[in-house]
Amino acid sequence: MSEIFGIPTQALFGQLMIGLINGSFYALLSLGLAVIFGLLNIINFTHGAQYMMGAFCAWFLLNKLGLNYWWALILSPIIVGATGVVIERLMLRWLYKLDHLYGLLLTFGLALIIQGLFRQEFGSTGLPYAMPKALEGGQNLGFMYLPIYRAWVVVFSLAVCVATWFMIEKTKLGSYLRAATENPQLVQAFGINVPRMITITYGFGVGLAALAGVMAAPIYSVNPLMGEHLIIVVFAVVVIGGMGSIMGSIVTGFALGLVEGLTKVFYPEASNTVIFIVMAIVLMIRPSGLFGTQK
Amino acid sequence: MSIRRGMGIAAALALSAGFAHAQISDGVIKIGVMNDQSGTYADLAGPGSVVAARMAVEDFGAAKKGMKVEILVADHQNKPEVGSSIARQWFDVDKVDVIVDVPTSSVVLAVNQIAREKNKVLIVSTGATSDLYGKACTPNSLHWTYDTWSLGNGTGTAVVKTGGDTWFFLTADYAFGHALERDTEAVVLKSGGKVLGKVRHPFPSADMSSFLLQAQSSKAKIIGLANAGADTINALKQGAEFGIVKGGQQFAGLLVFLTDVHSLGLNIAQGLFLTESFYWDLNDQTRGFSMRFAKLHKGAMPTMGQAGVYSAVLHYLKAVEALKSDAPGDKVVAKMKELPTDDPVFGKGRVRVDGRKIHDMYLFEVNKPSESKGPWDYYKLRGTIPAEQAFRPEKDGGCPLVK
Repeated sequence: MSEIFGIPTQALFGQLMIGLINGSFYALLSLGLAVIFGLLNIINFTHGAQYMMGAFCAWFLLNKLGLNYWWALILSPIIVGATGVVIERLMLRWLYKLDHLYGLLLTFGLALIIQGLFRQEFGSTGLPYAMPKALEGGQNLGFMYLPIYRAWVVVFSLAVCVATWFMIEKTKLGSYLRAATENPQLVQAFGINVPRMITITYGFGVGLAALAGVMAAPIYSVNPLMGEHLIIVVFAVVVIGGMGSIMGSIVTGFALGLVEGLTKVFYPEASNTVIFIVMAIVLMIRPSGLFGTQK
Repeated sequence: MSIRRGMGIAAALALSAGFAHAQISDGVIKIGVMNDQSGTYADLAGPGSVVAARMAVEDFGAAKKGMKVEILVADHQNKPEVGSSIARQWFDVDKVDVIVDVPTSSVVLAVNQIAREKNKVLIVSTGATSDLYGKACTPNSLHWTYDTWSLGNGTGTAVVKTGGDTWFFLTADYAFGHALERDTEAVVLKSGGKVLGKVRHPFPSADMSSFLLQAQSSKAKIIGLANAGADTINALKQGAEFGIVKGGQQFAGLLVFLTDVHSLGLNIAQGLFLTESFYWDLNDQTRGFSMRFAKLHKGAMPTMGQAGVYSAVLHYLKAVEALKSDAPGDKVVAKMKELPTDDPVFGKGRVRVDGRKIHDMYLFEVNKPSESKGPWDYYKLRGTIPAEQAFRPEKDGGCPLVK
């Protein structure tokens, strides 16, 4: 068998594939953060908790209402997104004119409260969530055994990412949104309801987090802390990609998944830190991130 | 009120307490339950351990005997530096006499030093590193419920015996994982097995797929999980997804708690071999204890760690009663070693010179969904390892107390 740096190529391909799968979670989550930051200027620290809520919502739908995974994929983002709308209306909208720090503190506090409540109710070990029947099993690719579900995760999240990018960068609605961040007064003068648009955008970003949560439910332990561990990494992804850059967050999400995957082969002990090392290097060379523009 | 009169009243109160008024430091026996109250290990220890400690104080009949016992609780967040500062605060300021439970081996080893330095007592129930009764043993610490050696010995021996003779380890990268891997590897080699490889994952880790892939390509028959809590759950859950078991490989969960199986569901956990020192459905006594516990703890059955806290606190109080004093720590520990243990959790047992409490260990297999009669009916007994063989022999540990 041929080898690269002492690692069999088969194992290497397998790890790259895994990296791509993890990258799709990073991409989906950092996309939501980038949308919220880019258009609302809010650093949404509740994102991890909302991802967790998405997974729990899927669990509720299945165990209390008998609605399966496919329903959860549609309903969970809507339900959790609606809670996001409430948060935006009641709390966030008072903070837009203030420093970033206020939004960060508010959302961070909310995340702690939400996680605390879930932990109080469900404990910390987590709940079981079965794999949907249609996506069970896997395919032997020769170099690895690829579970069908993981392939689905990559394809689906890529589709969602591209669709979101397209909507914001290429459609009329997206152009309103972008214009509204640049100059809200002017856009409002054209008769567009800017506050409502911003509310919906926040709800949409939160919905993306919930969607990632639903997709995570069958493969990770559904527990109140699942978002807390992930959110820091995702923030690093956003910073590396360039705060607020939609394309940047997608590309960086996938790329960092790959980097992390390779680290797990060559030096597993560092796999939790490698993303932060990349972040430090990128910030030294390009302070506004790989895809960010200096304002 | 003058100071003198106040002193008089205090003295009268102390006298009226009747029991050993002069010997109990500050007149109160203070028990500190230190564990993970909110993170990865909160369900297998956490608030449940506090419930168990309270039950022990009640069952001991402390109030009737005129002994005043107070329980303090702290969250060490699985961080050695947090655990150390809580321990110092407890011993120096709050006059805590004994710290119990303490999951997370790195925290155990840190607190162990402090308990020795302050001459207090440390009784570890959920912490696992077998170094606590080996080279890190002190006259102030006891290891109560289980440890990495007994887990490795139980599961390792049984698995090799049934043909699982090639192993690959998935190890949590900190003191506990390293100890569990080391102790299990020794058993595997001794029983004639081989270790084909190992990988150390950061603690905690949500995504195990990459490590599972390495385990898969090693072609080892057995994948030994030298981790715990959510790490083990994620590894098993994702292992099922990656077709590990279907591909002919088997998992050996080296430290699996009842709450982990509860969270995994029997569909994924079925057929898993594991070693524990306690299961709620062993006999009438364990059932009686566990039913009472469940009523006080949201219907959840106790894990071995939590049951161990009950047993440890009960025995500690017996020793304090016999000694008529709760200080200094090394005297109390010596008394605990002298008295035989007896409780509904582990039955009769004893504490060895090196600080190891011994009792039977059990090898269980996780039920198939069809075999389970209801919630928490998860294990069937596959073998009993007698107390004298279940733990590392005293002479092999390198504990300086053993002469």
